[in-house]
Amino acid sequence: MLKPAIEAHDIHHSFGDVVALDGLDLEVEEGTVFGLLGPNGAGKTTLVKVLATLLVPTSGRATVLGHDVVAEPLAVRRRIGLAGQFAAVDEELTGRENVEMVGRLYRLAPAEARKRAGELLERFGLTEAADRRVSTYSGGMRRRLDLGASLVGRPPVILLDEPTTGLDPRTRQELWNTIDELRRDGTTILLTTQYLDEADRLAQRIAVIDHGRVAAEGTALELKAMVGAEVLVVRVEPASTSDAVAVLADLCTGEEPIVDAAGGEIRLPVADPRASAEAVRRFDAHNLPLASIEVLQPSLDDVFLTLTGRPAEDQKEAA
Amino acid sequence: MSAATAVAVPAAPERARLTLPEFLADSRVMAARQLRKVSRRPVYIVYLLVQPVMFVLLFTYVLGGAINTGSIDYVNYLIPGIMVQTAIFGALTTGLGLTEDIKAGVVDRFRSLPIARSAVLVGRTTADLAANAITLVVMLLVGLVVGFRPSEPVWSIALALGLVLAFAYVFSWISAFVGLLVKNPEAAQSVGFIWVFPLTFISSAFVPTDTMPAALQWFAEINPVTLCVNASRALMIGDGDASGPALGTLAWLAGLLIVFVPLAARAFRRA
Repeated sequence: MLKPAIEAHDIHHSFGDVVALDGLDLEVEEGTVFGLLGPNGAGKTTLVKVLATLLVPTSGRATVLGHDVVAEPLAVRRRIGLAGQFAAVDEELTGRENVEMVGRLYRLAPAEARKRAGELLERFGLTEAADRRVSTYSGGMRRRLDLGASLVGRPPVILLDEPTTGLDPRTRQELWNTIDELRRDGTTILLTTQYLDEADRLAQRIAVIDHGRVAAEGTALELKAMVGAEVLVVRVEPASTSDAVAVLADLCTGEEPIVDAAGGEIRLPVADPRASAEAVRRFDAHNLPLASIEVLQPSLDDVFLTLTGRPAEDQKEAA
Repeated sequence: MSAATAVAVPAAPERARLTLPEFLADSRVMAARQLRKVSRRPVYIVYLLVQPVMFVLLFTYVLGGAINTGSIDYVNYLIPGIMVQTAIFGALTTGLGLTEDIKAGVVDRFRSLPIARSAVLVGRTTADLAANAITLVVMLLVGLVVGFRPSEPVWSIALALGLVLAFAYVFSWISAFVGLLVKNPEAAQSVGFIWVFPLTFISSAFVPTDTMPAALQWFAEINPVTLCVNASRALMIGDGDASGPALGTLAWLAGLLIVFVPLAARAFRRA
């Protein structure tokens, strides 16, 4: 039986009058990536700080591998690695010095710290830049170094606060691969993100967080299912649009198909993806030409809109 | 199955506190980090070395001629005073540096590691003390070049340096507390000058206090800067009694340390 690696129960936290966490509950299964999805100001960073023992919550209880974050902070710190949106590395030191220093703080012997730093720099493709000062690094290199530094103590639980915010697509992809790798090695990862595709790509479970509480939780598929049906998109010759609509009408589970006669496009909500096969059969039977057909799943953007009543992009307020 | 075994369940309850050797090791790593950073930052070196030298030259050659210090040569009067001023200005870098670390997220990293949190502050203040010691020695040498002639024996001068360094160390903790409270570098800089300027200038560091208005004179007399400057003057150029102001300084420093170390530690936990 799997024990949860991270548990949070009814966490409240306020900064003065500002409520950051408002009764948040969470359970992260060991060896999985858990995505915490929400806009700026939703409370993601506050939760990470509570779990990393940087912040004592106003009320509520949280544990990491069974250790209470308030009562046993040292035990928690021995088990976590923290990396964030702001690469917490020293500009004036070299990459190697940065990682070695963290190794020394984990009380590795000097030689051992050097060895471990070498391994991690290698793993993150920083060997060549290892002896250059971090001030010469690109944003992506800093982020990799930061993640590398958080792994020095081989933590079983890693907290990643918006690890790819502001990164270019290639670096983002590299980081995603690293996160996958860590999970395959058995690490539990809690990841916060504002990017819906990131949560979709990396996380086994996702919690949508809004105003300091979990608005919905599940797998990406479950969240999409919550939002509703798939959409069948059919493209035909504009001239035969009305024939096509007539053929497909009874497959529609929503109100009316959305028809763009000039573009020859028909969109209709359907019960399940098998509807597309049925549609193809009917086009065959009626000998209607078909340009393209696809089933669109609702995006996590749709999930966000449905759950919070606002699109995710509209909420870029103060963090 | 395999994932379940990954949980590290310690057989015995693990230690919830760190040991003294662990604390000392952490402090040493933090101090080494700081010294390495300082040595690679030209701006820092300018602040720590060039600025005090400029003050020596300014007061000796520009302002000093107009300041009446009686039978004592102004440069002899000035050097002990400017050493204390330098010590305080040097201490300001402690708070400033901490705010930079907060801003960069480095403080969050340190606080998330299984280290003694106080080691971050102890390491930092110790490194700043070392930097201050170098600054003071350079100042003293520049003083000798511009005509500073201490009359007292070497052990007495060393004692004065020790007192000024103790002063610098304690003020590093005050500066740390202020920095951790305001959290951003710009604010730390302006707030720093607000408390440091009156302390430094309403004192006997640059001018005799007896020409000041009564209220300022009263402040200057109890000001730890004045006490430390007077003690250093006595120990270096034999101007007056050393033990009175030296004991006064030590009393101040002890009191300030007792108040500001816990305050800074608490502010660090909450930063």
